[in-house]
Amino acid sequence: MPKYVIVGNSAGGVGAAEAIREVDPCGSLAIVSDEPTPAYSRPGIAELVAGAKTVERIVYRDDDFYRKLRIETYFGRPAVRIGLAERKVYLEDGEELEFEKLLLATGGTPIRPPMEGADRAGVLSFTTVADALALRARLAAIGSGAGGEASRVLVIGAGLIGAACSDALVRAGVKPIVVELRDRPLNLLLDEPASELARRAMVKAGVELICNATVKEVLGRPDDDRSVGGAVLADGRRTDCGAVVVAVGVRPRMDLAAKAGLKVNRGVVVDQRMETSEPGIYACGDVAEAYDCIYGGNRVVPIWPGAYRGGRVAGFNMAGRSALSEDATVMNTIKYFGMSLVSAGEINVGGQDGYETLRRLDLDGPDAGRYRKVILKDNRVVGFVFAGEIERSGIVNWLLRQKVDVSRFKDKLLSDSFDLIDLPAELRRAHYGEATISQAQRQLGWGRRLSHAASPRTNGGIISGN
Amino acid sequence: MRRVFAREEVCIACRLCEVACAVEHSESKHIITAMRHEHPKPISRIHVEVDGPFSFAMQCRHCEEPLCAQSCLTQALRKGEDGVVRYNPDYCIACYTCMLACPEGAIVKASRGTWKGVAKCDLCPDREIPACVAICPNEALLFGEAWEWEAMQTPAEPPILARGGHRA
Repeated sequence: MPKYVIVGNSAGGVGAAEAIREVDPCGSLAIVSDEPTPAYSRPGIAELVAGAKTVERIVYRDDDFYRKLRIETYFGRPAVRIGLAERKVYLEDGEELEFEKLLLATGGTPIRPPMEGADRAGVLSFTTVADALALRARLAAIGSGAGGEASRVLVIGAGLIGAACSDALVRAGVKPIVVELRDRPLNLLLDEPASELARRAMVKAGVELICNATVKEVLGRPDDDRSVGGAVLADGRRTDCGAVVVAVGVRPRMDLAAKAGLKVNRGVVVDQRMETSEPGIYACGDVAEAYDCIYGGNRVVPIWPGAYRGGRVAGFNMAGRSALSEDATVMNTIKYFGMSLVSAGEINVGGQDGYETLRRLDLDGPDAGRYRKVILKDNRVVGFVFAGEIERSGIVNWLLRQKVDVSRFKDKLLSDSFDLIDLPAELRRAHYGEATISQAQRQLGWGRRLSHAASPRTNGGIISGN
Repeated sequence: MRRVFAREEVCIACRLCEVACAVEHSESKHIITAMRHEHPKPISRIHVEVDGPFSFAMQCRHCEEPLCAQSCLTQALRKGEDGVVRYNPDYCIACYTCMLACPEGAIVKASRGTWKGVAKCDLCPDREIPACVAICPNEALLFGEAWEWEAMQTPAEPPILARGGHRA
């Protein structure tokens, strides 16, 4: 009986566990995690800070998930070493777990840029439920929302995590100061015009955004030097604040893999089956450097949907059903500060050789805030950014992942009303029902079963086959 | 599981499916009350797309590999053991990642007061046949198993004799 061990209990680990159980209902399955809680939605922690949801409402799976899928849980028990020869995972508390197939879904560690005074109370990260609850407790302690400079919160980083955190703070009634190293917010996810839209939305929401800046030192309070009371920027500017949230991103947590001698680069290197350099050991999610279909090679793409889908591919392969990660790439939605923004694929390659940029921007006027940009290479969509109308963005994302030649209808991609009807007939037909039939069923010859019988009849919209 | 399929060759863009869907997902489930007195107005989870003589109705296909549920940042969208992709607004954080993931463009925004989220086809849990299929006057929407629908797309092979008997 196969023995599966998954290290990591977030999107990737859950995705793999669900896939394993679809194929193999019997093999023993264990999930190890250093966090003590059942899986929760990591992006959902912003809702805790905003006070919009409770911890119970951001769980990623229901209470009976682990019991129903017959998963042994080792929560709050960090894994410290992988023994390749003996095929064992060693936990900090001395427990040893034997495995036949192992998945490393250990995620990322928050990056803490060096600055003086970073050990003062009130310097926080923003990745876990514990971080969110600590931030909320800190807000209560410093009396945020009551006004006064010392009750403000300084957020370092205006990327996805920084934006999520500062949006949550705004919703909690706090006006954050956001310090960004680069020249514009969300610079990895957005191009310049979309960043400008984001900047306007942030400023309108009451965020004080300081770009091209870093924090040099975190200061103590006049009455308590061990607690955050302010900060000094690299250019000497001083500001008072009651808390500092470090939200500059995460780096792959690959020490387990590296110590075991697995091939690592920026992340743990995996093939399209999500298998590492060591047969039987897989990796996915923020820790993995996996194939990106638009980038055309391996890279670390730390996004939640990618972690789940990568975990799903890993899980199938671990359980013996062949699967490949073929259409993975970056995609993000940004709903902060009242914005409605999506981006996917390569979006900052404009002007480079071989790329064609289609663009429509309404910065002012009645359609202010509407923006659509689609980047093509060889008449295939390789990236896009939409602001405003996003309900049909999934169709463009489908064209991107499927590498569809869009030359016949590319003039329509910039229209707010772009929809399936704008596709040529044969592409349109793929959406009337094809997606409901999986590749496996197709191989089994679904739909050919009736080939010698009469065509199925319909009666009042009900199909009656036999 | 049985799903809803669209046929553009017989759709006449009457949009009755949109009305039936909105009414079915209203509080009163009564067409006049729902459209005149309910606020916000009930929204349809199916939409008819028209381009000149072409039209068809689009809604969630309840994919075998549902990208919306796989991409959901919470557990608001999940595929049930019966194959139906369901939405639970209690867990939704209105991030709209599902919209960016859905290849059909079948998820729509929804809001009620300060609550923001999405809406999608639930195959009408209170009905034997989904409301959109039941009301379609032209059988442009069909309800059946995926293989039944697939069989309709590939016409039955004529009997061997009728083809001249050249095949063993």
